[in-house]
Amino acid sequence: MRLYAVVAAGGFRRFATYRVATAAGVFTNTVFGFVLAYTYVALWEERPGLGGYDLPEALAYVWIGQALLAACGLMAGGVEEEIIERIRTGDIALDLHRPADLQLWWLSVSLGRAAFQLLGRGVAPMIVGALAFDLALPEHPLTWPAFLLSVVLGAVVSFAIWFLVALSAFWLMDGAGVVQVAWLSGLFFSGMLLPLNLFPGALGDLARALPWSAMLQVPADVFLEKRTGWGLLEAYAFQAGWAVLLLAGGRLLQSVAARRVVVQGG
Amino acid sequence: MAETAQTPRAEPGPLREGLRAYALIAAMWIRSTMAYRFSFAMTLFANFATTAFDFVVILLMFSHVRGLGGFSFAEVAFLYGTSCTAFGLADLALGQVSRLGRRVRDGTVDLLLLRPAPVLAQVAADKFALRRIGRTAQGLIVLIWSLALLDIAWTPAKLLLLPLMVLTGALIFGAVMVAGAAFQFWAQDGAEVVNAFTYGGNTLLQYPPSVFAQDLVRGVVYGVPLAFVNWVPALYVLGRDLPAGLPSWAAFCPPLVAALCWIPAGLAWRVGLRSYRSTGS
Repeated sequence: MRLYAVVAAGGFRRFATYRVATAAGVFTNTVFGFVLAYTYVALWEERPGLGGYDLPEALAYVWIGQALLAACGLMAGGVEEEIIERIRTGDIALDLHRPADLQLWWLSVSLGRAAFQLLGRGVAPMIVGALAFDLALPEHPLTWPAFLLSVVLGAVVSFAIWFLVALSAFWLMDGAGVVQVAWLSGLFFSGMLLPLNLFPGALGDLARALPWSAMLQVPADVFLEKRTGWGLLEAYAFQAGWAVLLLAGGRLLQSVAARRVVVQGG
Repeated sequence: MAETAQTPRAEPGPLREGLRAYALIAAMWIRSTMAYRFSFAMTLFANFATTAFDFVVILLMFSHVRGLGGFSFAEVAFLYGTSCTAFGLADLALGQVSRLGRRVRDGTVDLLLLRPAPVLAQVAADKFALRRIGRTAQGLIVLIWSLALLDIAWTPAKLLLLPLMVLTGALIFGAVMVAGAAFQFWAQDGAEVVNAFTYGGNTLLQYPPSVFAQDLVRGVVYGVPLAFVNWVPALYVLGRDLPAGLPSWAAFCPPLVAALCWIPAGLAWRVGLRSYRSTGS
């Protein structure tokens, strides 16, 4: 357990060294936040109360999305590229021999990274958004820790998905295609482009049931106090359920890969 | 191709030399990509679908409202189609220059300097991604669809403006990409800043200017002149008032603006390349 805590701290420190990249990310998240916020203003002015949100809530949703984009790995998990590279070059054989579990190791790195991304890339756009627009902020102080727990669960679900994506490289060698499809699903089904409440009928039901909604839509609804009491517990159960299921899937794939696959290398 | 015309080389026929190098490298990468056919098919599909999902968002928005910022669905689709096609072309031809920061970091720009071909052509054609044609195709489909829906009072000038704005729009986006790449000679990890102007600009231009704060609109008219990619000429074609109070003749300025954009972009590239210092390790 101590080992994984050290690995997580290492993940945090490692991503903290990319200062220019972090500043660049904050800038880009903020620009996108502005563009999206204005389109949402136009949309909610036409239809006030759309999707059960009023305008300040919809605007808060935009900026939560920008704040969680990096932390919850909506467009890229941050570790899958490295795992794929290690699989492609054969370095993964060394990792499988280490006295540490492959999945837990990368989960720790990923969570350390997520913690840094939340602080480094999440806080600043949120503050800019709150200064430039009238955002709905939590009324109850306990909503903040509740939101944070939901974000942590979202980050675990995100890692579980990206780990599965990375392991596909054992069979496909070039992981680029799967990464793109996963990136696309993350963007659309997490609610990053448009809140899932606005998706019509069956598409909406499907999107809300898929694991990607645990990465943005659920934490955002916790923040906006749409999920309280039993609803909050349901939200946590939904996130934790997907996390366990997907991590178990990753574990299965990892053991199959370790037994069956001929490692690359020269 | 105009990007190579800006390449700072003094030898005779730098444009031809650059184009030849670009074509050779691009052809090599296409052959290489085809070695992993399944992965190529998936990335091509993903590239098409990514942009299709962008449009699905607009469709979903219009399932709830009849107009956005006073613009109808067909008009927004027209803005979407023109911006997306222009951006897709620029992304196909020059999108790879965004990887320059990585090359500066690991020192592989040295290799490019040693080869007898313009560096810009080498960087632009490096890992040439044919899959990016998916974005252009998707933008074109939406553009054609919007033209079928719209009832435009066509004049010869408007007919001329339509293909022109797609091409000059691609040139403007291309200039932004090259300037952004030049910026990475200094800010090696800063690739994402460029995304704010390229991908962010593309998203911005998909919506009517009336949606945005007027300061923001003025910023993309007079600052980074992305408004000339499609807003200015497209609003003229649609028979609407141009953004930021521009006169209607401004609709014919995009070629001039594109040319003007390439001057600072070319200069920035030249200065960036000159100031390149290899990594120590």
